[in-house]
Amino acid sequence: MSKVMDGIFYAESHEWVKREGQIGIIGITDFAQSQLGSVVFVDLPEVGSKVVKGKEFGAVESVKAASDLISPISGKVVAINDELIGEPENINKDAFDSWLIKVEITDANEFSSLLDATAYRKISQ
Amino acid sequence: MFKYFPHTEADLQHMKRVLGITNTEDMFQVIPQAVRHNQDYLIPSALPESDLRRHMEELGKMNAQKIIFSGLGAYDHYEPSVINAIISRQEFLTSYTPYQPEISQGTLTYIFEYQSMITSLTGMEVSNASMYDGPTATAEAMFMAEAITRRNILLMSSTVNPNIQRVVQTYAKYKGLSIEIVDQKDGVINLESLKSKLNDTIAGVIVQNPNFFGIIEDYNGFSDAIHANGSIFIINSDISTLGVLKTPGSYNADIAVGDCQSLGMPVAFGGPYLGYLATKKSHVRKMPGRICGQSFDRNGKRSFVLTLQAREQHIRREKANSNICSNQSLLALYATVYLSLLGPKGLREVNELSYQGAHYLYDELLKTGKFTPVYDKPFLKEFILHTHLNVNLIAKILSDHGIFGGVNLEYYNPEFQNVLNFCVTEKRNKIEIDRLVSLLGGLS
Amino acid sequence: MKNYDHLIFELSVPNRKGYSLSKAFAPKYSLSDLPSSLLRDNQPMLPEVSELDVLRHYTNISHKNFGVETGFYPLGSCTMKYNPKINEEIAAMKAFNSIHPMQSASDTQGILKIYYELQSMLSDISGLAAYTLNPFAGAQGELTGLMIMKEYHLQRGDFHRTKVIVPDSAHGTNPASATICGFDIIEIASTPEGTVNLELLKAALSDEVAGMMLTNPNTLGIFEKDICEISRLVHEAGGLMYYDGANLNALLGKARPGDMGFDIMHINLHKTFSTPHGGGGPGSGPVGVKDFLIPYLPNPQVKFIDNHYFFDWNKDSIGSVSGFYGNFKVWLRAYVYIMTLGKEELGKVGEISTLNANYVRVQLEDEFNLPIKGFSMHECVFDGLKDTSTGVTTLDVAKRLLDYGVHAPTIYFPLLFHQSIMIEPTETESMQTLDEFVTVMKKVANEAKTDPLMMKLAPHTTPISRIDEVYAAKKMILTYQDYLRENQ
Repeated sequence: MSKVMDGIFYAESHEWVKREGQIGIIGITDFAQSQLGSVVFVDLPEVGSKVVKGKEFGAVESVKAASDLISPISGKVVAINDELIGEPENINKDAFDSWLIKVEITDANEFSSLLDATAYRKISQ
Repeated sequence: MFKYFPHTEADLQHMKRVLGITNTEDMFQVIPQAVRHNQDYLIPSALPESDLRRHMEELGKMNAQKIIFSGLGAYDHYEPSVINAIISRQEFLTSYTPYQPEISQGTLTYIFEYQSMITSLTGMEVSNASMYDGPTATAEAMFMAEAITRRNILLMSSTVNPNIQRVVQTYAKYKGLSIEIVDQKDGVINLESLKSKLNDTIAGVIVQNPNFFGIIEDYNGFSDAIHANGSIFIINSDISTLGVLKTPGSYNADIAVGDCQSLGMPVAFGGPYLGYLATKKSHVRKMPGRICGQSFDRNGKRSFVLTLQAREQHIRREKANSNICSNQSLLALYATVYLSLLGPKGLREVNELSYQGAHYLYDELLKTGKFTPVYDKPFLKEFILHTHLNVNLIAKILSDHGIFGGVNLEYYNPEFQNVLNFCVTEKRNKIEIDRLVSLLGGLS
Repeated sequence: MKNYDHLIFELSVPNRKGYSLSKAFAPKYSLSDLPSSLLRDNQPMLPEVSELDVLRHYTNISHKNFGVETGFYPLGSCTMKYNPKINEEIAAMKAFNSIHPMQSASDTQGILKIYYELQSMLSDISGLAAYTLNPFAGAQGELTGLMIMKEYHLQRGDFHRTKVIVPDSAHGTNPASATICGFDIIEIASTPEGTVNLELLKAALSDEVAGMMLTNPNTLGIFEKDICEISRLVHEAGGLMYYDGANLNALLGKARPGDMGFDIMHINLHKTFSTPHGGGGPGSGPVGVKDFLIPYLPNPQVKFIDNHYFFDWNKDSIGSVSGFYGNFKVWLRAYVYIMTLGKEELGKVGEISTLNANYVRVQLEDEFNLPIKGFSMHECVFDGLKDTSTGVTTLDVAKRLLDYGVHAPTIYFPLLFHQSIMIEPTETESMQTLDEFVTVMKKVANEAKTDPLMMKLAPHTTPISRIDEVYAAKKMILTYQDYLRENQ
């Protein structure tokens, strides 16, 4: 049974986003990492680039699978988690602690179409 | 029964009983009657082995074996006999792609060695496990350039062998990429012309060294211009010549591609040959094809395994950068064994002897007064000359004397009227060359 | 020599040599006459070893490989049939190896005759009008076929057909080839029986669809019983039907793709026509078409007029897909294979391979999940062990088989099931070999219950045990140079 954290938002494509003021922090869920297996590579966008809700912004790769990262919200990338480039396996250790990118939110209304923890629990079992 | 089908009548009866059927037709009821094929194929009756051998010998005799004095992408180098002994071993010959590393360390070991040798020869950091041939490897390099830059126009030098150009053009057309040709000047790609075409739509630049005319090109200053434009620099080279020539890595190319046929593989009417593709580590995830990496087994033993497979079609499906699945693995073994036998000194000697023979022939042909240089540029084993003689007569005389050479480049491009291609490898001796010269010198 | 684990570089001794070359006869010329700026400034890292060193090294590492002559190789979708020795003997003939690809047609009548006759025989075997032998492998055949499909629509002025339909059970090369050819993919889900869902197909069809790619029998080893209806629907919508020939072996002597409505197809000569897989290649992927598509075949094409064979360059062609004419010595072997079997035996291949697959299938149904009941064609697919209580997976079963001297079947493909085991015995395996395989499979199923830990650690008797794939992907030690740096 994979872990789902309360108080943050989820996309059906198995990314999570945590809101801190005008900043959205994005990662992949525990369910997603358990499906992928040992993560060996994370491809992240450059700081300053734009991400669009529903569009790919990078990829995570395990030995036997590769999955595109789909942005749950739109915005400008203000930070990426450099640590993951060297230690991508951190995602397997704790997917909610291993954020991928931080974005400056362009449209806060986009959150209303995301899932809450209860709804995400239902689709990730 | 038949020698390849081991079932006896008793076996067949038993198997049908186990399946609970009386007639094997019961298994095929799902095929609609309308599409059943109920007649013999229109192919000959089975040939017993000795008749078959005779038949193939007859077909063999319908081909003319000649002394080879042309190259154009297929080079008649020495084939060490050891290689066939190794590549005929069933363990290498009949195995599948090494998806089960525990019983495929033979294949995986030579792929690792092959990758090591290719990166060293090209001066690059990483090589895949092989491509079909040099032209398709070049087309795949073009796709890499597109994937890396997200741009869709490629520049290609007019001095690239038309056989390569054609394949690249075909691949480009259907992927929705376009190719612009960069003019040559004095038989080599013109840097000024290249610079004038560089802009932010250009994904990459494709050149060939030695080029279609056999000329050794000099790419000093190229990578600066290409990289300043954010484009990818792709060099196609005959791998054998990289034993002595400046490497794509030294020219700061991003992708090195080409054919490995020149590593002693028989010319064999065009195949199977072997394409190589090597690049920088930063581009490894955009690289097509299989890659072998070193790891350890459960007991800590050094072992090899296919890695970075998440790039490939069987995992990535429509998102893969390439569709390649089967490659030319057995030929990668061929190349690896060849390079092991020759070593750095042998490969140098092959090039040295080819250089000497080619330059001897070049000078001797000029001395006949029937040939003139087309360009005054350095070459290695292959060169072109202009002649005022009747090229059809040349072709006939050479053919009548069992020589294949002096291919008329007009075949590729009407601009090259009366321009002939010659190539000399270390397999050609002085007697053969002198004979060629006297045949051509005697014409008028 | 199970423990032999050197790389050729580790045997190198400076100034040892494994070659002999002729003496120089024109020493007045020298590479050093070239400007030094054109020459490499270091020596390539190649080993310096003797002939015997080389032979021993490669013989020793060959012992760590499993070939068709080592043992049973039921690798689904790969048709690992016996690779006849006569094919090898013919392919080694000097009369074929010493011919330069730029030699004239009159110099190469024998080879061109083989090309022409083989493409005619393949046409008859598959019910199509003409073939090219130029594509190097199945995947390149797919790409070539899709280019022909695209060109056909373009030359008719039909510019909006940008999509290709691919069932979700397809080989990964299908969607990958379609993307490389500049198409968008419409993936349609299969029915619970693993066949094409006609309703979904109808919904997917439109005047934007260029065609559909299909493997038949499909990757579950199931014949598409609605194939005529599928072809009719696709044609009615203006699309073309593409046949992926990966599973053609099942149909030899029984049915022809051309008669089912397929317009374009490729054949994997390294599967159906017995040419060796070579550790991953070379293969050969001839592409066949109906007559209205002949002009689009890749250049050059072999023609036969006035008792003379020659290469023809067609202006309507898609262009060239190979530097020369494909993997000649591979299609040469396929020709020899067809001549060996003749019409009498070639027609039995589908029947015997199908009998073999079903014979295995019915005997494993008690221990392994069979998601799709009824007769399969030349291969059968199980969805893992029935008893999963001990946590033993398909991967563990596959690895344990290696201990019993059997090559693992294809696993985790098709993707429709989570624990797929795809078994393709081929017609060249005897009933006794299949009986032994069934016995081993049952034994392994039992071991999964009694000794799951041992299963998790299998294989135990192979040259190496299970390998750390995460280390390989993360460290990326891809050359001996990388290895030396890592172990400094």
